[in-house]
Amino acid sequence: MADMTLTLKIWRQKDRKSPGKFVTYTVENVSEHMSFLEMMDVLNEQLIKKGEDVVEFDNDCREGICGMCSLVINGRPHGQEHGTATCQLHMRKFKDGDIIVVEPWRAAAFPVLKDLAVDRTAFDRIMAAGGYTSINVGGAQDANAIPIAKRASDEAMDAASCIGCGACVAACPNASASLFVAAKISQLALLPQGQIERRRRAANMVAQMDKEGFGDCSNHAECEAVCPKEISITHIARMKREYFKAMALGE
Amino acid sequence: MPALPTSLWSSVARKALMALTGLALIGFLAVHLLGNLILLTGNADAFNLYSNIYASMGSFLYVIEAGLVAFFLIHIVSGVTVALGKMKARPVSYEKTANAGGPSRKTISSTTMIYTGIIVLAFLVFHVTTLKYGAHYETTIHGEKMRDLHKLIIENFAQPGIVVTYVLTMLLLGFHLRHGFWSAFQSLGALQPRLSGLIYTIGVLIAIILAVGFLFIPLWIFLTA
Repeated sequence: MADMTLTLKIWRQKDRKSPGKFVTYTVENVSEHMSFLEMMDVLNEQLIKKGEDVVEFDNDCREGICGMCSLVINGRPHGQEHGTATCQLHMRKFKDGDIIVVEPWRAAAFPVLKDLAVDRTAFDRIMAAGGYTSINVGGAQDANAIPIAKRASDEAMDAASCIGCGACVAACPNASASLFVAAKISQLALLPQGQIERRRRAANMVAQMDKEGFGDCSNHAECEAVCPKEISITHIARMKREYFKAMALGE
Repeated sequence: MPALPTSLWSSVARKALMALTGLALIGFLAVHLLGNLILLTGNADAFNLYSNIYASMGSFLYVIEAGLVAFFLIHIVSGVTVALGKMKARPVSYEKTANAGGPSRKTISSTTMIYTGIIVLAFLVFHVTTLKYGAHYETTIHGEKMRDLHKLIIENFAQPGIVVTYVLTMLLLGFHLRHGFWSAFQSLGALQPRLSGLIYTIGVLIAIILAVGFLFIPLWIFLTA
């Protein structure tokens, strides 16, 4: 297949404070084998040659495991492909002559740093509020010393596959962080190591989520549909049960 | 150890309150519809005797009404809070939005809950002022004097404007319940993946039964009068 020429409508914003606007670019010689981020690299090389400011976007591993890449592509976080991050979205999913709208995650809790890069440290503060287990370091014990039911371990692993990219917040009509927080609470609630701080964790992480200014969960389930790890909203149901237990029983 | 920072007004508990009051209001609607079915028999005395059961409850009726008002208020305040929080949580909206499809439950119902809710609330004010606090006719059944609510209802439902208002609002109520019923179970943490599809289908059925039931009665009275 011949190389594609695409029109990109990209959100440009100088810094946190400045108002942003859409700028239209044309990118030529896009191979269908490129990832979306590689196509953005081609655009940025064009901009560098012209002496213009490059389009800022977050990325790191480019193999769908780090959670750094973002981008709302034509209205869908991580693009139209299910179960993949933007870095795993191939240009073969687009056609020559397509007009693609590229926006940052939009949420008050994720302020734009520059162009398409947003500040996701709100997630770090939620994790610091309870997304851990307090275990004194010492000699590592045998991996199988604590028996864990296969089903619990499978479900915990599903929750643990969350890479913290924030697509759930970006997709949510209310900009709620429920799927992220639920995945983290659920993962540890299912495992023996997470039991000691279980109720405190649920109470503190939800309190921090609310404090960060994320919206409420209206059960649209758009988050599950855009999650690159396809994490189910069944974890949100578990987060609610964990929170109710914390409310009713305290510590 | 410090107390846990849980709150009845946290995002999680607030939605649980909305869910509990919503389910209770669905229960109220179901009882309301069952009572209304008497209207379809065309027997005015039977309907008046039925409505007189409530009228003769005395102060106990005020307790029930106060409970209903409280449920409505909690449901409305939490709903408005979600809608306002949404605007605050995303001050800059997207240039382009698309439904993600797949497991998403985002529908015209789920995204318009606040609007269908406000319209149903406005309708409720109209409904209560025109019927409960409407013209007071009297009738005597088996030697007992009581309110002739049946006559007022027939009068009201003879007017095409009122019938159209009822039909349209009940359709919107159906959309509200289609997302609301399923959503309530998820908000209460009661949904397992196995049950999710089943509860959603039951919610759609309940929405259809209540909406069609409520809109059919004024329509039937108008067409057969």
